[in-house]
Amino acid sequence: MKLYCLSGHPTLPCNVLKFKSTTIMLDCGLDMTSTLNFLPLPLVQSPRLSNLPGWSLKDGNAFLDKELKECSGHVFVDSVPEFCLPETELIDLSTVDVILISNYHCMMALPYITEHTGFTGTVYATEPTVQIGRLLMEELVNFIERVPKAQSASLWKNKDIQRLLPSPLKDAVEVSTWRRCYTMQEVNSALSKIQLVGYSQKIELFGAVQVTPLSSGYALGSSNWIIQSHYEKVSYVSGSSLLTTHPQPMDQASLKNSDVLILTGLTQIPTANPDSMVGEFCSNLALTVRNGGNVLVPCYPSGVIYDLLECLYQYIDSAGLSSIPFYFISPVANSSLEFSQIFAEWLCHNKQTKVYLPEPPFPHAELIQTNKLKHYPSIHGDFSNDFRQPCVVFTGHPSLRFGDVVHFMELWGKSSLNTVIFTEPDFSYLEALAPYQPLAMKCIYCPIDTRLNFIQVSKLLKEVQPLHVVCPEQYTQPPPAQSHRMDLMVDCQPPAMSYRRAEVLALPFKRRYEKIEIMPELADSLVPMEIKPGISLATVSAVLHTKDNKHVLQPPPRPTQPTGGKKRKRASDDIPDCKVLKPLLSGSIPVDQFVQTLEKHGFSDIKVEDTAKGHIVLLQEAETLIQIEEDSTHIICDDDEVLRVRLRDLVLKFLQKF
Amino acid sequence: MDPECARLLPALCDVLADPRQPVADDTCLEKLLDWFKAVTEAGSSLLLLQDHPCLVELLFHVLKPQDLSSRILSFVLRLAGIFAAQENCFQYLQQGELLPGLFGEPGPLGAAAWAAPSVRSGWIQGLHSLAQHPSALRFLADSGAVDTIFSLQGDPSLFVASAAGQLLVRVLDLALCGPAEGHISLQAWDWPACARKIVCHLEDCLRSEATPRVTQALHVLTTAFGHCHGLWTQGLWVQLSPLVARLLEKDPVPAPHALVDLLLSVARSSMLSSDPGLWETAAQTLSRLSPTQAGPLAAGILKLQDCPQALRIQAFGVLLQPLAFVLEATAQAPGMPGLLEGAAGDLMAVDTLPPSKSACVGLLCSALAHLELLQPLPQRPSPWPQAPLLAAVVAILRLCNGSAAPNSEAGGRLCAMLGGCVRVQRAALDFLGVLSQGLGPQELVTQVFAILLEYLVSPDSSPTVLKKAFQATLCWLLSSAAPPGCCDLEPYAQLVLGELLSVLRKRLCSPCWEVRDSGLEFLTQMTRHQGGQAGFRQALLASEVPELTRQLLQDPESYVRASAVAAVGQLSSWGLLAAPSSPEHAATPQKTPLEELLLVLTTDSEGFPRRAVMRVFTEWLRDGYADVAEDPERFVARVLQAASGDLDWEVRVQGLELALAFLEQLLGPCGPSAVAPPGALAQALQALCRVQLFEFAFRSLFDCDRPVAQKSCDLLLFLRAKAIPSSNSQEAGDGPDVTSVEAALRRWQAGEQGQPLGELAPEAVLAVLRSMDLEALQDTLAESSDHVERSPQSLLQDMLATVGVLGDNEADCY
Repeated sequence: MKLYCLSGHPTLPCNVLKFKSTTIMLDCGLDMTSTLNFLPLPLVQSPRLSNLPGWSLKDGNAFLDKELKECSGHVFVDSVPEFCLPETELIDLSTVDVILISNYHCMMALPYITEHTGFTGTVYATEPTVQIGRLLMEELVNFIERVPKAQSASLWKNKDIQRLLPSPLKDAVEVSTWRRCYTMQEVNSALSKIQLVGYSQKIELFGAVQVTPLSSGYALGSSNWIIQSHYEKVSYVSGSSLLTTHPQPMDQASLKNSDVLILTGLTQIPTANPDSMVGEFCSNLALTVRNGGNVLVPCYPSGVIYDLLECLYQYIDSAGLSSIPFYFISPVANSSLEFSQIFAEWLCHNKQTKVYLPEPPFPHAELIQTNKLKHYPSIHGDFSNDFRQPCVVFTGHPSLRFGDVVHFMELWGKSSLNTVIFTEPDFSYLEALAPYQPLAMKCIYCPIDTRLNFIQVSKLLKEVQPLHVVCPEQYTQPPPAQSHRMDLMVDCQPPAMSYRRAEVLALPFKRRYEKIEIMPELADSLVPMEIKPGISLATVSAVLHTKDNKHVLQPPPRPTQPTGGKKRKRASDDIPDCKVLKPLLSGSIPVDQFVQTLEKHGFSDIKVEDTAKGHIVLLQEAETLIQIEEDSTHIICDDDEVLRVRLRDLVLKFLQKF
Repeated sequence: MDPECARLLPALCDVLADPRQPVADDTCLEKLLDWFKAVTEAGSSLLLLQDHPCLVELLFHVLKPQDLSSRILSFVLRLAGIFAAQENCFQYLQQGELLPGLFGEPGPLGAAAWAAPSVRSGWIQGLHSLAQHPSALRFLADSGAVDTIFSLQGDPSLFVASAAGQLLVRVLDLALCGPAEGHISLQAWDWPACARKIVCHLEDCLRSEATPRVTQALHVLTTAFGHCHGLWTQGLWVQLSPLVARLLEKDPVPAPHALVDLLLSVARSSMLSSDPGLWETAAQTLSRLSPTQAGPLAAGILKLQDCPQALRIQAFGVLLQPLAFVLEATAQAPGMPGLLEGAAGDLMAVDTLPPSKSACVGLLCSALAHLELLQPLPQRPSPWPQAPLLAAVVAILRLCNGSAAPNSEAGGRLCAMLGGCVRVQRAALDFLGVLSQGLGPQELVTQVFAILLEYLVSPDSSPTVLKKAFQATLCWLLSSAAPPGCCDLEPYAQLVLGELLSVLRKRLCSPCWEVRDSGLEFLTQMTRHQGGQAGFRQALLASEVPELTRQLLQDPESYVRASAVAAVGQLSSWGLLAAPSSPEHAATPQKTPLEELLLVLTTDSEGFPRRAVMRVFTEWLRDGYADVAEDPERFVARVLQAASGDLDWEVRVQGLELALAFLEQLLGPCGPSAVAPPGALAQALQALCRVQLFEFAFRSLFDCDRPVAQKSCDLLLFLRAKAIPSSNSQEAGDGPDVTSVEAALRRWQAGEQGQPLGELAPEAVLAVLRSMDLEALQDTLAESSDHVERSPQSLLQDMLATVGVLGDNEADCY
């Protein structure tokens, strides 16, 4: 069993598991942090961005000044943003049989895999994952395609040139494999390969393994996966949460008794408690708005935003903010808000019960009804008519490189009354802000990551007791900035195996058993004999038939009826063994009793020696040795067949035959 | 005993003796015992029994073989003990062989009823009551009860076991503390047989290998030295202290907690603390026990008024050890004076740190709590290591919030164990607050403020931790402002204040109400102490905090509104509630704080904010707050009108408090001073009539809530003392006709509160005051409302009635 690790990002995993002749891709996350190296794509012509000076080498050579621009001491690529794909060279991706998706954030690289690698398999995901994943992809494509960029920079990627660039461009990995965003067509084609599944549904893969999604508690429709054969079980845990937010709670019990547990998608900010962060978010929001400032919340169009809106729903009245407008701007804002209300079966119990009242499960419906929350596909159109300040704007993209957020950063960045509050943990907020410096606007970092923290992981592992844990290398040591925090790492026995990008791990367990079915008529013919209480044995003669990874014992072909002398002879030649079958022996020989029996039968001068494996009985007079071991007995005598047979019969008296 | 009770008693005894009529409620029996105890303490038990033969019958009834419930049996045992506590009554009962029947072999001891813990407990308590005189001692010795008590020490019921231990002490005390005490030898082998027997038993227990037996003996000794002060206790300690000391040679030391209790009990006893052996044993115990076990002993030793200095140093070392360990483990560079320098005891090795998180947290918390209690005591160790303690607490707080980056392995382990631990954070912040009473080097004070600010800023601080952080910060800010009253905050504290107010601003917007509440409390306290100080005023006025506070008067949480009321009251007393500067509010005239609070008083649906308003108003009136002083009459009239109609009785009491403050302003303070001068009095009465204070006071007099009526009664008594000279208090004279007023008052008393009193003239008020028997009313009100229900008569009736009801139910079943 092998694990091919195609992504180094612990929360955006992409691994391939080879297990029992199947090749299973686990998630296909897209690392978008690469976009932080690019200049933002402004929706409205930005004189500031377009007039940034080109970057030149120390010696004054300015051949890169078209591609690279300098802003507040940082250098950015002036081109269409590009993404860092999972490894495509480590394994032939056309051999992948299935892709299992655990949540909508972990499928963003899907079009690259399904459309460009010769992939012919099936993708499995839950319905909310697909629907919301589609929204995320649609939003991404829309954000990028909305601002066409004439030039595409590639010169800087040259290895010799890249060495000369300042950090972080110099240290960016595998820039040659970075790709531009996919198109809507590719998205549609990729999504059409997905087959929908429900929690706990068992899906057979080629009869060899069975895969099952389990609720993981992190997002609408998010799942962990069980991959099991009859005797082996691999659990894949990716993006799980034990907090009570909107999704169905995590199913922990089904993860028990795993041979291997692959652990990915833990919280990216282990020191920040999501509850405190929500409190911080609310306080800062209220403070800014009370002072007449605007609040900008860069966010994804689905996920934590639902919980934030719910908190605000409870908070705004008490904080006297009822008159402040909340705007949610995304090409998929409407669909996201509406989808969330219809996936009742995927929600936590509280929200499910609301549906029966019937009430909308999320209170943002009421915010919309009362006009406190308004949503728009973009800043163009209706929004500009309704726009009132001070206000709170939720919009994407959290990287601040594309989407409507770029416009608000440019618009509000100059006033210290305004605040940008980062709630998504995927991007370093300082790097995200770099191309907007100098910035007067206040910046608050309240990362809300509801995924498992290390305390929860250690409890989980204690409970589900996997034999082996495999996780990204980042989880096996404390974070580099807090090297003394030994509590911020996965702590288990035996120690977790770690992987990094482009590594192949041999998983540390051997398959020992295979299930074989037995045909009823063959079973009928068996005559079991009880050799110990509870254990019966029977000899079987059969033909092993293997097809589609299923093994069946069938009755041996009957000897064909004799039709002629010649044939008859041949038939008996074919199955000679059936007739001369010797009985099988079982049991052990008690040495003391055996010696007594020998003495009774006239052997004298008997010596017993203990050996490492058993005993040697020495009949000195007869110059004969009897070697008794756990699984064999040898009688060694000098050409005296009569003696040998006598001794053999004495030995056989102690054994059971069948 | 009153005749009605005497009449009911035979019937009650019958009921109690009748197994078919179970008494439903144990508390009745307890009350009955209390009553009998009171009766026998007031008079002769013998006479009581002779007057009420039914009681003796009840006692004898128990001796008959029958199915009595265990609770009745237990009751009778205890009752017999109460009667037999008087020697003549004891002898009376002895004549009838009652006592051996109850407490000796033939009694419940051998019977099946003994299996019930309540019976065993009743047996012990009965004996405990009767063990008061020499006859009882003889009885105990002859009946073999002492052996039974020994065995009951190991009883599975903890109540029984503990009572058995106490009974042993009682018997010892009785045997050795009689009129012949002066002749009692200090040598235990000269003592009476019964006492010797107990001492031997204790010796056996202390020598025993079984820890429970050692524990029993230690408990008995602790009780003896704690409660008995006879000379004999010295003898007992001399006899047994070597055995106690020998316990320390065992590994592990058995019963460490009981041992600590015993040593502390001995050390606190004035008879024994002069024994030098005691201090030696205590010193050994400190070094033999684990830090967790030794903590309480060390703390106890340090609280003693006098004990050897060496021992105090050692004990202090034990308490400091965990903190010293933290300090050592987190030290970035050597140079900081250690906590244990000069103190005996070695630094805990890394492996002696408790391995589990909970044990480590427990040890730290208890050390911090002990030190916190110790700090303000006059006998606290001196020199007090203020600086290293501060450093240690700061280090602990840093470990808890993850901002410490220790290099050592031990530091790393501490970091993992204490990270985010709320218990330790609270204990450390409490201690840090207490430490503010002694300052430290500037560098450390800077660190203290820095860590406090970190806690206040951090979104991860839990609401309870935040509250403690606010309290500690307040302590430190106040201690930085020296000398009190005249000087500004120290420059550094002033700097902190700026950051603090910006944190406070955010905290007042927190979605968590506890946080908003503790923020407001902090603001109120801070303003109370620093409101007059230029630096503070300037910083506060420049922040948005006053405006936010005003907004929190509309908070959805009533506790927060109450705190906001207090804060607004405090801020505006100091003139710190500036009008809002934002332009949008400029058009609409801003309400004054007085109007805002009046609005809360009249409209808020919850009691807490309204009570808070009344407290602020009373304070304002007393302190002469500007808006109030302008027209106090109008103010009082408005407030009283609002308070009189309030549904919350505490608001009405507060209203009376405010009325009293007004009265004092008009007539002079409460006290023995004579009547107010007539001219001032007349004016004052006019004013009081104008604000309708009398209507409010009279109405309150008949309030359905007793505290309101009591308060009103006090107020009127005060007024009468001021207004009517005692010489002419009876003089009705030719006063105005007050019949209509009195009629109205009578109706109010009868519960018809609807009717108004109408216009009251000062003369009429005086006349009514004269005619009312306020003292009698005060006495009636002083009796608790259940005084009727608590009478023994009522108890007996209730018990009989309950049984009757039970009988009825039984009949219903057929």
